Amino acid sequence: MVPLSYYLVLGGILFACGVTGFLIKRNIITIFMSIELMLNGVNLSFVAFAAQWHALSGQVFVFFVMVVAAAEAAVGLAVIIAVFRTRETLNVDQVNLLKL
Amino acid sequence: MTPNLHLCLIPLLPLAGAAINGLLGKRFSRQLVSAIALGFCGAAFAMALWVAAEFSALNIPHVETLAAWIRAGGFQADFAFYLDQLSLVMLLVVTGVGFLIHIYSVGYMWEEGGFYRFFAYLNLFMFFMLTLVLASNYLLMFIGWEGVGLASYLLIGFWFTKDSAAAAGRKAFIVNRIGDFGFLIALFLMIQQFGSLSFGQVFLGVAQRGVESGTGLLTSIGLLLMVGAAGKSAQIPLYVWLPDAMEGPTPVSALIHAATMVTAGVYMVSRSHAIFERAPVALMVVAIVGTLTALFAATIGICQTDIKKVLAYSTISQLGYMFMACGVGAFSMGIFHLMTHAFFKGLLFLAAGSVIHAVGGEQDMRKMGGLRTKIPWTFWTMTAATFAIAGFPPFAGFFSKDAILFQAFTSRYGSWVYWAIGVFTAFLTSFYMFRLWFLTFFGEYRGEEASGHDEHSRTGARAPHGHGGIHESPKVMLVPLVILAMLSVCGGWIGSVRFDNFLSPALHSVSPAIENAAAMRKEASVSEGLLTSVSIVAALGGFGMAWLLYQRRPQLPREIAGALGGFYDAVLHKYYVDELYAVLFVKPLVDGSTKLLWHGIDRDVIDATLDNSADGAQRVSDAARHMQSGNIRSYAGWVAAGAAAVIAYMVWVGVR
Repeated sequence: MVPLSYYLVLGGILFACGVTGFLIKRNIITIFMSIELMLNGVNLSFVAFAAQWHALSGQVFVFFVMVVAAAEAAVGLAVIIAVFRTRETLNVDQVNLLKL
Repeated sequence: MTPNLHLCLIPLLPLAGAAINGLLGKRFSRQLVSAIALGFCGAAFAMALWVAAEFSALNIPHVETLAAWIRAGGFQADFAFYLDQLSLVMLLVVTGVGFLIHIYSVGYMWEEGGFYRFFAYLNLFMFFMLTLVLASNYLLMFIGWEGVGLASYLLIGFWFTKDSAAAAGRKAFIVNRIGDFGFLIALFLMIQQFGSLSFGQVFLGVAQRGVESGTGLLTSIGLLLMVGAAGKSAQIPLYVWLPDAMEGPTPVSALIHAATMVTAGVYMVSRSHAIFERAPVALMVVAIVGTLTALFAATIGICQTDIKKVLAYSTISQLGYMFMACGVGAFSMGIFHLMTHAFFKGLLFLAAGSVIHAVGGEQDMRKMGGLRTKIPWTFWTMTAATFAIAGFPPFAGFFSKDAILFQAFTSRYGSWVYWAIGVFTAFLTSFYMFRLWFLTFFGEYRGEEASGHDEHSRTGARAPHGHGGIHESPKVMLVPLVILAMLSVCGGWIGSVRFDNFLSPALHSVSPAIENAAAMRKEASVSEGLLTSVSIVAALGGFGMAWLLYQRRPQLPREIAGALGGFYDAVLHKYYVDELYAVLFVKPLVDGSTKLLWHGIDRDVIDATLDNSADGAQRVSDAARHMQSGNIRSYAGWVAAGAAAVIAYMVWVGVR
């Protein structure tokens, strides 16, 4: 059996990749995908723990996360389209009106 | 059954006049303004006369309660009016002299800007003064007391565009506050001890106490009341405001700063005679302060050259006499002198105003002279007043002043020292008054030809006077002069004994010791006749010396002044008292307020705390503000950094 730590390390790597991508990418779509990556990193650790402890709650939680992620994707893509229509760009550095 | 006299109307009538003129008078013609002011003041006078006519049918003291005012626990103070012989005399003097001066003012202020304002203030003064005189408790009296101070302030600063007038008004107000402070503390002591401020109950409470041999409660109350009286009646050490108060229009000087308001202190002390008679120490202080003030102010009066300043110092000096009388236990003689003084000093000021009016606003006596023939009515009335104040028989001042000196010598509380100083002061009084008389009315005219400006045009508030040259005042000013002149001549003929008998129910001695003294006198070693002749000689001496120095040998005063040197300078500068007060009290206060309270505490502590905390908040938020760049990725970075910090913290905690 694959030890728990492997899953956790992989989940950590996925999450770190997501964070890095979120921070360094300028395209909104890419950033959106990075968020999905982070979510999946977390999901992986959930299921790994669930398998380890033979508890179903972790797996149920993953379903919740996936449902929320799907909803978020729908709303997020709608927002992205709206941004593109008004600003004609997907570069987040140019979407910077929300400031003091 | 005592009839209801509606005493409350006496003060309220002038108040109505003040309200009408003050609120609406700006649009009224001068005729209407004077009609309103004179009408309401005259109505008050008429009522006072009517009250005097009804007086013998009354139960004395006659108290009328208008309305409840303060009822807190056991303490009670009402709007109630108190009529007895003492307040009747004051009532007649205040309304009578006040009415005459109102008439005079119509002529004097006719050309003046703010005519309606002047009469509104004057009526307001009458309201407060009558409240003071008629009050049946110390609290209502205090309202009147403060109110006349307010009216005095407003009228001294009547020409408020002139800096010196505004400053004089402030000075009067501030110096009076010091006295009022003492008065207030005395009231607090009375409430604490007697649980009441109404005259009846306080004196009842006082009556249960014996005469204090040393110092005690009654002495403290008496001394504090004297502090209040010294402030209002310009006694040492609080007299400094009165000479400056001459910045006001001359009728104001006559009414407020000579005839009525400044005598409020004498009235208050006499009203409180029950307290003073049980506190010999306080009584002695009153006598000493009065005597010293009389002498001190008279010496200053000798060297003044401003005609109104001479009269101002003379007023202080005469008030000193009244306090001397109160201090030796002869309260009725103090009131007697108060009454005659109101006649002749009011007249002196009005006549001086007429002189100033005649010579076109000049107040310096060195620039007058020879006015005897040019303004005969003013001359003759002023002559009557001068002889009255100098104490020549049979003028009014002779009777009252002589009675005071007699009492000062023979009373149980008296002493030959008071008498000697009093006689010397009488000599000085006679001297400086005849000096004024000779300088103003005799010799050659020393001023420039009047060019049609009078006292008021200095303010620039109005167009120049229409008629140039030295001229007699209009009739409306002369009539009050003549009436007051008659009173100055005849006012004393009542005689001190009859006056004393009339007042004795109100001022009856509560202490048997004093009654005995009054009956037996200390020892009848000195006859009244001898003392009287001494004072007449003093008055004649003053006249003679003034005649010698200012009529016969006019160059002599300068030689004497040169010979006296430093002393003369000191007297000329009023003994540098103003300068002394400036160094002792005013400067430390101003400096302390500026440097310590303003710069030190207000600016450096209170303001600094507030400013610095505001600045700090702004600096911190200024730094934090840059986090919100609008750049989504930097927000994400902060989120990530925060998450990392939280994780690091949890790891660190977990490791421990």
